[in-house]
Amino acid sequence: MAEINWIALTVFVLLFGLITWLGFAAAHWRKGDLDLLHEWGLGGRRFGTIVTWFLIGGDLYTAYTFIAVPALAFGAGAIAFFAVPYTIIIYPILFLVFPRLWYVCHKHNYITSADFVRGRFGNRWLALAVTITGIVATMPYIALQLVGIQVVIGAMGISGTGWAADLPLIIAFVILAAFTYSSGLRAPASIAIVKDILIYITAFAAVIVVPIEFGGFGKIFAAVPPAKLLLAVPGPNTTGSYSIYATLALGSALALFLYPHSVTGILSASSGHAIRRNAAMLPGYSFMLGLLALVGFFAIAIGVGTAPEYAAGFKQFGNNFAVPALFLHSFPSWFVGIAFAAIGIGALVPAAIMSIAAANLYTRNIHREFINKNPTDKQEAQMAKWVSLIVKLGALIFILLVPTQYAIYLQLLGGILIIQTLPSVLIGVYTRWFNDWALLVGWAVGTGVGVWMFNAANWAPNYPVAIAGYTFPGYAALYTVVLNLIVAIVLTPLFNAMSGKPVDATVASDYHG
Amino acid sequence: MSEPNTTRSVQQGGWSWWYLLFLVQWAAVLWPPFYNKLEPSWLGVPFFYWYQMLWVVVGAVLTAAVYFATDHHHT
Repeated sequence: MAEINWIALTVFVLLFGLITWLGFAAAHWRKGDLDLLHEWGLGGRRFGTIVTWFLIGGDLYTAYTFIAVPALAFGAGAIAFFAVPYTIIIYPILFLVFPRLWYVCHKHNYITSADFVRGRFGNRWLALAVTITGIVATMPYIALQLVGIQVVIGAMGISGTGWAADLPLIIAFVILAAFTYSSGLRAPASIAIVKDILIYITAFAAVIVVPIEFGGFGKIFAAVPPAKLLLAVPGPNTTGSYSIYATLALGSALALFLYPHSVTGILSASSGHAIRRNAAMLPGYSFMLGLLALVGFFAIAIGVGTAPEYAAGFKQFGNNFAVPALFLHSFPSWFVGIAFAAIGIGALVPAAIMSIAAANLYTRNIHREFINKNPTDKQEAQMAKWVSLIVKLGALIFILLVPTQYAIYLQLLGGILIIQTLPSVLIGVYTRWFNDWALLVGWAVGTGVGVWMFNAANWAPNYPVAIAGYTFPGYAALYTVVLNLIVAIVLTPLFNAMSGKPVDATVASDYHG
Repeated sequence: MSEPNTTRSVQQGGWSWWYLLFLVQWAAVLWPPFYNKLEPSWLGVPFFYWYQMLWVVVGAVLTAAVYFATDHHHT
C-alpha cells in the first residue's frame, strides 16, 4: 500500500460526487414539507414497490455486509454461509408480520416501533425499553459502516498516521451528515438506487471474472482447505457447528426487522401491498449475498492472504481486507474505483438510514414522551435532524478513537439486545394477550442473561448451553428470546390478576387494509 | 382456495393455508446435517453451497406464489 492508486481514486471521487449531488437534490423528490417529522424521517411514506426494494435492500445489505461476510468466509470458511439460510428465513416473516405493523403505524401516525408499543400496551416504560434497546443496538452498526469506508480508502493507497489518514473518512462523514440533515430519508432512498446498481455490477463481475481467471468453480473450491469447505461435524454429545449454524440463521432472521433502521425502511413504504411484493422480490439480494460469501473463497483460492503486496492491508484491517485485495488483484484500476465506490456508497446509505431511525426514536419516544410533551411539527423535525447529526458524529469519534474490534463486538451484542423486543413488537401486532409489565420483565431477563452469555463466551455471540451432559452451542439471541417469552407467558396471568383492564389504543381492524 | 373456520379474507387479517408453504423453505434450510456435504456437486460447486443458493430462488418463487394466491384486490 505504498502508493496511491490514482485511477481508482479518481473514479471513486467522481461517483461520490454524483451521489453527493443526488443526496441534496433528493430533497425535491416527491416533494414534501421537510419540517414535518414523517416527511423527513419516513420520506412522507410515499415510496412505492420499486423504491422500497432499493431502500430496504440498501438498508439490509450494508458495506459492512460486503466486507464482513466474505471476511468470515475467508477466515472461517463454511460457517459464513449462514447468511444465506438467514435470508431465506426472513422474507416470509416480512411478508406475514410487517404489513400489519405498517397498517397500524399508518393509521395512528406511529413513526417508530416504540410508538406502536406505547399505543398497543399503554406502558411508557415498556416503550422506553424498546427505544433504548433500539438506539444502543444501532450505534455500533453505524460505526461499522464507517469501518467499511476506511477499508476501501486504505486499499486505494491512502495511508499514514494522524489527521491526514483520517481526512477522507471525515470528508465522507461531512457529506453524509449534510445531505441527511437537509433531505432526510429521501437522500438514502435515492442514493440506494445508484448504490445497488453498482453493487450488482461489482458482484456479478467478481463472480464471472474470477472463476474464468481461475479456470472454473471446481478449481476454486479445490484450493480451499477441506476443513473450511464444510461445517465441522460435531463430536460426541454436542450439536456443535450444526446448532451454531441453524441458530445463527434463525436468530439473526428474527432480529433483523426489529432493528430501527429496518422498521424505518418498512414504514416509509406507501402500502402494506408494497411490503408483500417486496418480500417476494428482495430475495434478489439474498442471491447476491450468497455470491459474496463465495467471493471470500475466491480470495482464499487466489492467495491474496499470502501475497506480499497486500500484507500491509491485512495487517491493518485483518480479514476485512480480503475483498479489497481480491478486487485489486483481479480488476483493472478503473473498475476497482467502481467497486470501492460501491462499497463506500454502500456504507453511506445504511449509515444515513440508521442515524435517521435512531433520531426518530429519540425524538418521539424519549424527548416527546418525557421532556417536551407538545412539540410543534417543526420542533419535532428539527430535533430529529440534530439528533441524527449527533449520532453520526458519535459513531465517527468512536471509530477514530476506539479499536475497530470493539465496534464488531458491540454489533454482535446488538443482535442479542434487539431480539428482546420481539415479544412486544412482532407478537404485539398479532395479539394483546401479554401483560405489559410481564413483557418488561421478560425483556429485562432476556437482556440481562444475553449480556451475561456474551460475556461468558468471551465477547462472542454463541453460547454453549449444557444440559445433562449434552452441549447445544448456539446463538445467544435465540436462547434468550425464548427465555424472555417464557418469563412473559408465566407472569402475564399473574400480573393481570393484579391490574385493571388492559389499555390498547388500537383495534383489530387497524392491522390490515 | 377457501379459508378454514373464518369468513375473513387474508386482506382482512385472516389465515390462508397457502402460508404453510413458507414452512417448506424453513424446513429445507434449518437442518444443516442434511446438506452438509460436498457431493453431488454441480459445475464444480459443492452440494452445501448450491443447495442453499437454490433455496434462495425456490423460496422467492414460493413467496411470490403465496402473494399471488392470497392477493384478492389491489391496494
